[in-house]
Amino acid sequence: MAAGLRYLGACLLGPLALVPALAADFDYRLQPREIAPRTYVVEGVTENFSPANGGNIANSAFIVTGAGVVVIDTGPSLRYGRQLREAIARVSAEPVVAVYNTHHHPDHMLGNEAFEGVPIRALPGTVAGAREQGQDFNANLYRMVGDWMRGTEPRVPDAEVDEGEVVIGGHRLRLLALRGHTAADLAVLDQTTGTLFTGIVFNRRTPATPNAELDAWLASLERLRRLGIRRLVPAAGPVAEGEAAQALIAHNADYLAWLGASLAAAAGRGVDMAEALEAPIPERFADFALLREEYRRSVAHLFPGYERAALGVPPAEPH
Amino acid sequence: MRTAIAALLCALALSAAAEPPADPLRSTQWPVMAGLLFGEAPVVFDPRVEVLLPPEAEDSMNVPVAVRWGRLPEVRKLIAFVDFNPIPLALEYEPRAAKPFLGFRVRVQQATPIRVAAQTADGVWHVGGGWVDAAGGGCTLPPNLATRVRDEDIGRVHARRWPLEGGGQRLKLRVTHPNDTGLIANMPAFYVESLAVADAQGRELARLATHQPLCESPVLSLELGAEGPLTIDGRDNGGNRIEARVE
Repeated sequence: MAAGLRYLGACLLGPLALVPALAADFDYRLQPREIAPRTYVVEGVTENFSPANGGNIANSAFIVTGAGVVVIDTGPSLRYGRQLREAIARVSAEPVVAVYNTHHHPDHMLGNEAFEGVPIRALPGTVAGAREQGQDFNANLYRMVGDWMRGTEPRVPDAEVDEGEVVIGGHRLRLLALRGHTAADLAVLDQTTGTLFTGIVFNRRTPATPNAELDAWLASLERLRRLGIRRLVPAAGPVAEGEAAQALIAHNADYLAWLGASLAAAAGRGVDMAEALEAPIPERFADFALLREEYRRSVAHLFPGYERAALGVPPAEPH
Repeated sequence: MRTAIAALLCALALSAAAEPPADPLRSTQWPVMAGLLFGEAPVVFDPRVEVLLPPEAEDSMNVPVAVRWGRLPEVRKLIAFVDFNPIPLALEYEPRAAKPFLGFRVRVQQATPIRVAAQTADGVWHVGGGWVDAAGGGCTLPPNLATRVRDEDIGRVHARRWPLEGGGQRLKLRVTHPNDTGLIANMPAFYVESLAVADAQGRELARLATHQPLCESPVLSLELGAEGPLTIDGRDNGGNRIEARVE
């Protein structure tokens, strides 16, 4: 609503006023939406990082447990993290008692810094990834979204967790140690509401592969499929309910299996990497935003490996 | 008088040749590139030099480029260059008995046009290319030590041939090599400098001079008019021989 009013105002003031009106106050206009009892999602846009969206391209979520608020992912910047805390405070007076990072990608964890004094929980591989790539991710986001990032420094998660169950307030949280989207992907299943929070499933946005290992990712999706969840909060895009949640997991698996098989086949036919950028993508994936862009990025991430295999380079040889 | 007019005409012709055509990519570096690479030779921008590029470099150390020039007759030589790289010239290609296709990978130091110029028998350079956006640093970032090429692997060739519909074959080859640019402190330039491809009878089919902007362990895709096994013969700037036979 607020965003709509601002947009109307911008129209009345004319196009010159549009850019300042959208960005000058660096307000993400976070709107928590209740998707299950006392369970909220703050949905990002299904776009690429840009100065217009301030990097708000991933979902964050929180559960008001009765014994404090549990936050899952903290967004792309210090400003986002602070505004998320404010949004939480508008919904509940309970303090934030724990933050979980699903994985180490910047749009999921660069808001960590706003949660001073709260343990940031993550898988050991996520801690290592944040330590290794956090600064680079941070610098890259400054380049891509600009001043929205002011003051942001990567805060590496400080509380390692593993597969298991945690009870907080009235909620039984099952932690699943997955991998494939990155080297360590944490999924949180709130067994109290049947809601799964995961960074490895994308809705209406093409899965991104900068740290991907496709076979492991597919195995992780298969595990999620067997959980029999009621509701899925994806890395990006709308929450999926019931049958749609299962269909979404299958759709992600379909895309990733196609991606791997088609790149491997292309490398096996002697296709050059630049030619692979232009390969046709099946119509059934057209619901994914940024399809061609993310596919091209995936060519950069994955094609050289398939090509080395096709040329007979021993896997042990550094590359 | 006549001599004076002839001299004047000559001067006009020279100044016309020295002025490169306006750059459709509007790169501020284009006049410098044109002067450096083409000298007084005539230059035209030509869509028949079809350059395949990603609009953005996901990996600034490994940007794929492919070029087709089949609609252009009698191409004797091609050069590929990167306007805003500290070392712009990536490679020179003489497609003696090769078909009109070449694929390769470059490093980019920042957002830049990447171009390929093909010189036809009349001496005219035909230029194609496009902009690649990039986070950059591809030429001056230190290599990842965990995946650094081992000394014992340097110069090793992995290659494979695929028959083309309508005759001839595609050759893809990868030379294991750090291909250091020389732009990183305490790391001298050390890169693959030349590669030639011949058929089993020793007839040279294509010849490449390669330079620092090519990625670590360069990968090249060539299309050749000849059938059967091939040999590859080259060297790096340290004098190491690069040899392989592709069955």
